[in-house]
Amino acid sequence: MMTLFIASVSLLLATGFAALFSRKGSLIAVAGCVIAGLMGLIPVLASLLTSAAFTLRTGWDVPFGAFSLEIDPLSAFFLLPVFLLSPMAALYGQSYLKGQGGHVKSWFFWNSLVASMAVLVAARNAVLFLVAWEIMSLCSFFLVVCEHRHAESRRAGWIYLVSMHLGTAFIVALFLLLGNSAQSFDFSEFPQAGIVSSPAATLLFFLSVVGFGTKAGFVPLHVWLPEAHPAAPSHVSALMSGVMIKMGIYGLVRTLTFFSTYPFSWAAVLIAVGALSGILGVLFAIAQHDVKRLLAYHSVENIGIITLGLGIGLLGTSLQLPFVAVIGFAGGLLHVLNHAVFKSLLFLGAGAVAVRAGTRDMDQLGGLLKRMPRTGVTFFIGAAAIAGVPPLNGFVSELLIFYAGFDSIVQGSVPVVAATVAAVAALGLIGGLAVACFTKVFGIVFLGEPRSPAAEQAHEADALMTGPMLVLASLCGLIAFTSPLILGVFNGILPGLTHLSEAACSFRLDRAAHTLEGFLVAAAAVLVVTAVLVWVRRRLLSGRPQTVVVTWDCGYVTPSARMQYTSSSFAQPLVDLFAHVLRTHTHLEAPAGHFPAIASIRTHTADIFRRLLFDPLFAAVQRALIAGHFLQHGRVHLYVLYIALTLLILFAVKLQ
Amino acid sequence: MIRVTTDMAVLRLAAALVLAPLLFGVIARTQALFAGRKGPPLLQMYFDIAKLMRKGAAISRTTTWVFRLGPIVGLACVATGCLLLPFAGFPALVSFPGDFVVLTALLALMRFVTVSAALDTGSSFEGMGASRDVQFSALAEPALLVSFAVLARQTSALSMSDMFGQVSAIFWHQAAPSFILVLAALFIVFLAENARIPFDDPNTHLELTMVHEVMVLDHGGPDLGFILYGSALKMWILGALIVNIVIPIHAVSAWPDIFLFIMGMLLLAVAVGVVESVMARLRLLQVPQLLVGAVGLAILALMLMLGA
Repeated sequence: MMTLFIASVSLLLATGFAALFSRKGSLIAVAGCVIAGLMGLIPVLASLLTSAAFTLRTGWDVPFGAFSLEIDPLSAFFLLPVFLLSPMAALYGQSYLKGQGGHVKSWFFWNSLVASMAVLVAARNAVLFLVAWEIMSLCSFFLVVCEHRHAESRRAGWIYLVSMHLGTAFIVALFLLLGNSAQSFDFSEFPQAGIVSSPAATLLFFLSVVGFGTKAGFVPLHVWLPEAHPAAPSHVSALMSGVMIKMGIYGLVRTLTFFSTYPFSWAAVLIAVGALSGILGVLFAIAQHDVKRLLAYHSVENIGIITLGLGIGLLGTSLQLPFVAVIGFAGGLLHVLNHAVFKSLLFLGAGAVAVRAGTRDMDQLGGLLKRMPRTGVTFFIGAAAIAGVPPLNGFVSELLIFYAGFDSIVQGSVPVVAATVAAVAALGLIGGLAVACFTKVFGIVFLGEPRSPAAEQAHEADALMTGPMLVLASLCGLIAFTSPLILGVFNGILPGLTHLSEAACSFRLDRAAHTLEGFLVAAAAVLVVTAVLVWVRRRLLSGRPQTVVVTWDCGYVTPSARMQYTSSSFAQPLVDLFAHVLRTHTHLEAPAGHFPAIASIRTHTADIFRRLLFDPLFAAVQRALIAGHFLQHGRVHLYVLYIALTLLILFAVKLQ
Repeated sequence: MIRVTTDMAVLRLAAALVLAPLLFGVIARTQALFAGRKGPPLLQMYFDIAKLMRKGAAISRTTTWVFRLGPIVGLACVATGCLLLPFAGFPALVSFPGDFVVLTALLALMRFVTVSAALDTGSSFEGMGASRDVQFSALAEPALLVSFAVLARQTSALSMSDMFGQVSAIFWHQAAPSFILVLAALFIVFLAENARIPFDDPNTHLELTMVHEVMVLDHGGPDLGFILYGSALKMWILGALIVNIVIPIHAVSAWPDIFLFIMGMLLLAVAVGVVESVMARLRLLQVPQLLVGAVGLAILALMLMLGA
């Protein structure tokens, strides 16, 4: 099994290199990515279905390093989106980039990114993990700046690169501390490190939340997401948002398995972080006009939902509420897979719109469902799935998290109830706001009349682009309707997280499966009644007059497409309600005089964390560093003196 | 653990499906009484739906399949909701732990398709209504879920049938203040979700001031019939949550219970009529405050319950 995995990674790297040197490179690389994905899925599915772990360990001439790989069910669960989504996004990207000048060399970075994520998830040695982590960050940086001729892309890439490395610093510190107490950098030694003293363990937990949270996009560390996603090509956004940010969640979950107990405070921190990320993510999303920027903020929201699930799971583990622990973790992890599917789908759809209609500004779009029917249908399914409405997969994971939350409300003590009610209320608010946000996106972009000539002339994307979208959209339904079976894969994953036996986990998962079956009964009922009503409507209307008219316009003579509600107007009540958080800037040119001529209004919602937290922080750091500028003057002989002095001091210290 | 209860299943489903439109008649009669008018017949809603079902359709050329799907899926959602709804002390036809989350989500799906159908017309009026509707509902959803949290905590049950089956005089005695607060929160959600005064005025004739009515402005014929019937079922579902709490006494035999429950529903409709007769609708800016207040009431109820 590991042979297949290694073969898959090698194929990715080899075909990636081919892209650097061959003119047909993009075809080779995409074919390699697809074949590697199929090969990689075999060990992944084998591990998930049998709860088996496959290992491979060889020496590696790097200090403290070992080439130690393992695919256990937890790794396999995170490898699933890597191998499942990257081929589909690659097929789409092949067609997408053709219209953008090819970018053949970008496929080297694409394949390396996929390979690095695969190795990262399977790595069982901290050095190997960090090397893969760094390759992942660098490759994705080069993909973000793919369209480097635009200043916007370069700026976004820069923000991305800086935030990734700040996050990595925390992860390096985490592994150094763990490695120091375990006297080894192998993951298998970390649980034996005997870190029981609460302050030390809490420091490690803090480091992992900040370090991995930067990658995942926890508020307020999310500032790179809304910059990088709009700048990157759409298939890259799909892979980054669907798969790569989950590597942060994987890191956090893997770190949790190193500890034997979790204090209540950790659970409270995760629930608070999750609620904050979820609510602020969706609020900022509602206020955006750029569809890809909006989707980027929605990744922050969904990471929040995942974290709420993990937080409730942690809460259950720390307070010995086994059902809460099992179902909370299961819900959070299942949302990882679900979000990977529908977010990739939405980014691919947004990319198709941006290419065919020439803009990502929602206020310039409209009426695309008639012009791009397949993209429209799949986007509708993705929007319903991410909004968390039945009968699609987004609701299934939220239902599990709700179930765990309500169970803890029934059983828990006062502080537990306080924490979980906060989580439940937050999840409810997130759900309501997500419906608002995605009816806005779908309604403004795909429904109504086109708001610009470019949108009017848009036409359907080609089969290589719509094909992956159709597959992903059917996965949204498939995951939902097989969800009671899918819960079975958590049998192998959860014992390590909840410190329960596999039998104990499986007993609780069965209980939750009943609720999912109940949900499926309801979902099936909705579908059956819908089908019946469609038939009834057709029967009623057959033979009766059906006239085609204009939309009711209050008797106005010449309605125009510009009179439609825009995304800004649709969002306005919610944006006003949360004005204190969003701080939207409004540039208003009010109509003036007795015969007003031109008036305009523009709104812009910048990220408050970037404006009020990071910009001042980095400005202060810069000022402090400029004070040390005199040391760096360009005289080489003085630099040599610095080196000599340093060596002398080190020598003196060592002699003592 | 899915419990399927089929005793008198037909009767219980039929009660909801048949009686729901009657609530609108009772509300209108109550309002007429206050205004000193005679008012429309109690069965007016049935006449309206029957008339619409016999009509053809006029459909805007801007629209797509989303416009036609909206009323159908919306009605399917609330019809399914009736399956999950406990009735007069009976468990629901289909009952499982967490069914109230599914019920809440079905209402969310109904909103999703209704709002999408409204935006499909490209009309500014409908966009305006849709925009207000999603704002109100986003705040109503946490209020509903926290209210369920209070009920779950008090009854140690995770399905609606168990929750409402256990609400009894003893529970009322133990936690009356909490229950009253929850009822207040649920009543606010009930008025908001069903687009009644003080949140929305179903009788207004100016498009700019409508919320729910304006979203369905372009629907006609059977589509509008589905929408009217769907809103009646939605009112029945949310009303039943309230009545199930208010009437905790279950007699030995089924028929008095059913009678009591239906009387409760009709009284609730009278209460809505009274509210609509004595109150004006709120300014749009104040609506969110009332809904946030409902969340606050539900949280307060939970705190009282934990403190006791």
